[in-house]
Amino acid sequence: MMAGAPLWPQQASQHARSVDLLIASFGAMVWLLTIPVFVLMAWFAIRYRRGRTVNREHSPQSNVWIEASWSLIPFVLTLFFYVWATKLFLDIQSPPPEAVPVNVIAKQWMWKFEHQSGAREINELHVPAGRPIRLVMTSQDVIHSLYVPALRIKQDVVPGRYTSLWFTADRPGRYPLRCAEFCGTDHSVMGGALIVMRPSDFSAWLAQHQDGGADATLAARGERLFRKVGCSGCHAARSAVHAPSLDDLYGKPVPLSDGTTRIADEQYLHDAIMLPNKEVAAGYRPIMPSYGNLLDASEVGALVAYMKDREGEDSE
Amino acid sequence: MSDAAIDTDAPDEAVVARSYLRAGHSLRSWLLTTDHKRIAILYLISITFFFMIGAGAAALIRLDLLTPQGDLLTNEGYNRAFSVHGIVMVWFFLIPSIPNVFGNFLIPLMIGARDMAFPRLNLLSWYIYMGSGLILLCVVFGGGVDTGWTFYTPLSSVYANGAVVAAIVAVFVSGFSSILTGLNFIVTIHKLRAPGMTWGRLPLFIWSHYATSVIFVLATPVLAITLLLVAAERLLGIGVFDPDLGGDPLLFQHLFWFYSHPAVYIMILPALGVVSELITAAAHKRIFGYWFVAYASIAIAVIGFFVWGHHMFVSGQSLYASAIFSLLSIAVAVPSAIKVYNWTATLYKGDIAIDAPLLFALSFIGLFVAGGLTGLMLAMLAIDVHVHDTYFVVAHFHYIMVGGSVTAFFGALHFWWPKITGRLYSEPLARIAAVIILVGFNVTFFPLFLMGYEGMPRRYHIYPPEFQLLQVIASGGAALLAVGYAMPLFYLGWSLVRGRRAPANPWGATGLEWTTSSPPPKHNFTRQPVVERGPYAYPLAHPASRDDG
Amino acid sequence: MAEHATEPFHAVERQREANRFGMLIFLSSEFLLFGGIFAAAMALRLENPDGYRAAASHLRLGLGTANTAILLTSSLFAALAVEAVRGARPRRTALWLGGAALLGAGFLGIKGAEYAMEYREGLMPGTATAHFSGPAEQIFMNLYFAGTGLHALHVTIGIAVLLVAAALAHKGGERHAMLVGNAALYWHLVDIVWIFLYPTLYLAGVG
Repeated sequence: MMAGAPLWPQQASQHARSVDLLIASFGAMVWLLTIPVFVLMAWFAIRYRRGRTVNREHSPQSNVWIEASWSLIPFVLTLFFYVWATKLFLDIQSPPPEAVPVNVIAKQWMWKFEHQSGAREINELHVPAGRPIRLVMTSQDVIHSLYVPALRIKQDVVPGRYTSLWFTADRPGRYPLRCAEFCGTDHSVMGGALIVMRPSDFSAWLAQHQDGGADATLAARGERLFRKVGCSGCHAARSAVHAPSLDDLYGKPVPLSDGTTRIADEQYLHDAIMLPNKEVAAGYRPIMPSYGNLLDASEVGALVAYMKDREGEDSE
Repeated sequence: MSDAAIDTDAPDEAVVARSYLRAGHSLRSWLLTTDHKRIAILYLISITFFFMIGAGAAALIRLDLLTPQGDLLTNEGYNRAFSVHGIVMVWFFLIPSIPNVFGNFLIPLMIGARDMAFPRLNLLSWYIYMGSGLILLCVVFGGGVDTGWTFYTPLSSVYANGAVVAAIVAVFVSGFSSILTGLNFIVTIHKLRAPGMTWGRLPLFIWSHYATSVIFVLATPVLAITLLLVAAERLLGIGVFDPDLGGDPLLFQHLFWFYSHPAVYIMILPALGVVSELITAAAHKRIFGYWFVAYASIAIAVIGFFVWGHHMFVSGQSLYASAIFSLLSIAVAVPSAIKVYNWTATLYKGDIAIDAPLLFALSFIGLFVAGGLTGLMLAMLAIDVHVHDTYFVVAHFHYIMVGGSVTAFFGALHFWWPKITGRLYSEPLARIAAVIILVGFNVTFFPLFLMGYEGMPRRYHIYPPEFQLLQVIASGGAALLAVGYAMPLFYLGWSLVRGRRAPANPWGATGLEWTTSSPPPKHNFTRQPVVERGPYAYPLAHPASRDDG
Repeated sequence: MAEHATEPFHAVERQREANRFGMLIFLSSEFLLFGGIFAAAMALRLENPDGYRAAASHLRLGLGTANTAILLTSSLFAALAVEAVRGARPRRTALWLGGAALLGAGFLGIKGAEYAMEYREGLMPGTATAHFSGPAEQIFMNLYFAGTGLHALHVTIGIAVLLVAAALAHKGGERHAMLVGNAALYWHLVDIVWIFLYPTLYLAGVG
């Protein structure tokens, strides 16, 4: 039985409705500009057909005013949509500060989602309706792309760096989530669902899906790793090695040895762990070993979550 | 345009005997020819062959997509099918199609020259193309490549199986054929125009090919070096694009699209030039706004170099870059729109003959406009985020490449067939073919716009079952389209054996190529043409028609 | 002694212009071939300036500078060869061309010596003994070998063309003059590419 696709794709957020309005309006304008052209073409082909006696005198050769008008007027009209579309685009690139982060790791051929609370999911992502969610994403191998058609959003997930996406889903439901960048053999089955739940249902779900134990949250996992792989050996206050303090580091500016300053975001922290000599903090020697071979993307995500948590504590 | 220079309206025995087709019958005289007209025919045969390979891959794809589970091919097999389809169609069919067949045949004729500036280089271009084609055939029949025609890293450089390096070598070598062709065209147009053939008297076909050649020469080398670096990364493990070694996968995308966006203008500019010729000839009237159309070709080529980032809006590139690329992508649509409006105005008060070439030209305009406007939609950032990497994009570029370029190719084939072969084809069959192609094309590709907006990603072997109805419709359309494309093979082939002999100017068109016999003599003109009138100087003093001779 | 134009040209002056124009177009496409390497180097340098500078400092600045001087001088010789051929002095033409080719060979010799030293130091990617201090160094060396290797290939081709032009100098005539002009143009391109490679690769390691 071939069930058809719905007449219009589901809209699970305000952004989705805005995008639909944009393309519908732009489509309407485009039709308004195009239909007259097609009509004229067909009419001329018929009216001026060879053999018909009709007035062909004084056919115009060129007219700068007409050329200028039909070049500039559609262009200016389109610019209006350009401004609208660019504004919408910048909106989805600017998450509100209260957005809840979820780590996403893509690999051939599955999606791993890690909530701050410690809940981990494969291929399915549960989120509460009405709350802004920020996805912090990286890939373990090739470029993938996270796409939720019902939200009208998509972002490439790139190895070696973090990209992010944010949304507020406002309609509970189950929506397809697909990989949208060709990534090899099983690209077409690398997908799952975004499950939007009413906030009360989501809290219940979250409680049910804790990892259990003292290392429930992502940050707690990160703290355990911090000790286990030896970060605390150099980065504790009492350490003999001269290493930068990690207190209250996330989101703050870091002066680098080449004179520039970087904000310590997820990307910076990731690079500092995996490629430590890429950007060396000012006043320190480039002696930190790389953890590129020891840690995977999920563990780095946990360490970053831990560092976001650290405020003023520097004891073991 | 002096149409009194040569009087060949009535084909006489002496002229026919000297035709370029009869100047030597051995295989050697064809394979070692330096005659631009024979080289054009060599290209015609080769690109038709590669078109069939690419179409075969398309057939596999459309058959496989009849069911959501994809019962015909494996996942891996499907991935190889669409990769081969893209590589063959882009580099071995579309890019050489109009320039190397019609550009080669017509440029010297249209400007009143005896041949290209570098005839032997022209033959070398064909051999380079054939060599690269041979390598590609080894790839296709040796199991294929599965990276998509876009070779994104690190998939292509580190993770993919398949003959990636061989495919890269094939594309790399084919690039040199393009560069030499572009070089030849530019020098020929500058240095071999007949006396009186000023820039302002050149047919618009020449302007389009000039703009295309600039892109050939400047963009293709960037592709060459990019692919070379990917091959080196794959063979030697160097890490320019490999993030595990601190390289940058986005760098590949920037370098790749810096070539590949101008490349799509290589594929459409010649078609736009063809359509200008078809419209003016059918309307028997000078183009409206000649200089606007001429400079529009140059504008498309220039602006086209600065829009590549619109393929990367969701790649992780800087937001400011995205905003700028979006604006420039809207700007590049303006010169194309100018052409469409000017063609419409040309039809006004024309003396219009509705033959197959005009039907192809009108189809082109309809389909090209649809493709171009959906391109504008893709240039809008918030829209692109939703439909990037979906069937919406696939539909967009097939409307331009197939609905546009391939339709124009068929229009050119019909229009200049009498000149190239000296034979007339069956008009009724050609009109039927044109309509079948138009209908078949829309049935195949329009559903893809709908599926794309619904969220159907591209390059998917297994797809969600709710899309099956539209997929089946698309595959049905593809079957109809195949019939439409196959028909000319038969009636054009038939005309070679049994077609009526063509007079010098069956369409009553202006242009130096119509002042010489059909087919032309080996050196194009019996006397050096001298140009005294502007382009499209209708009405002709002696308007000939199909029924002459 | 003016020669006749060959098909499809009517006038030899027109053909000469066309040949020169064709050569210039070809050279511009060659220059864009290296464009990708320069773009990659710039991107890498922007992403990791410290690493890039550290890696560049391992190159032998003295040898690179010497090579720059050699290539500039050989370009001068090539220009002098063009003057000589215009003045119809075949012996002088051959000498200048030979001199340019000789300097080109010297360039290749120094380049080869650098490569050998880099191989011994474990800096040649793809070889068994390669070991890099970090990813920045590895990528830099990759670009260095890709860029200078491609350039060396062009130098070799250029030397061959110069030698052929030198060997045919005794023939004289229009066609030979065109060959010398094109050979010199090609050699100038090779020089110009090096003038961009040198600061991109060698001077980046200074300071």
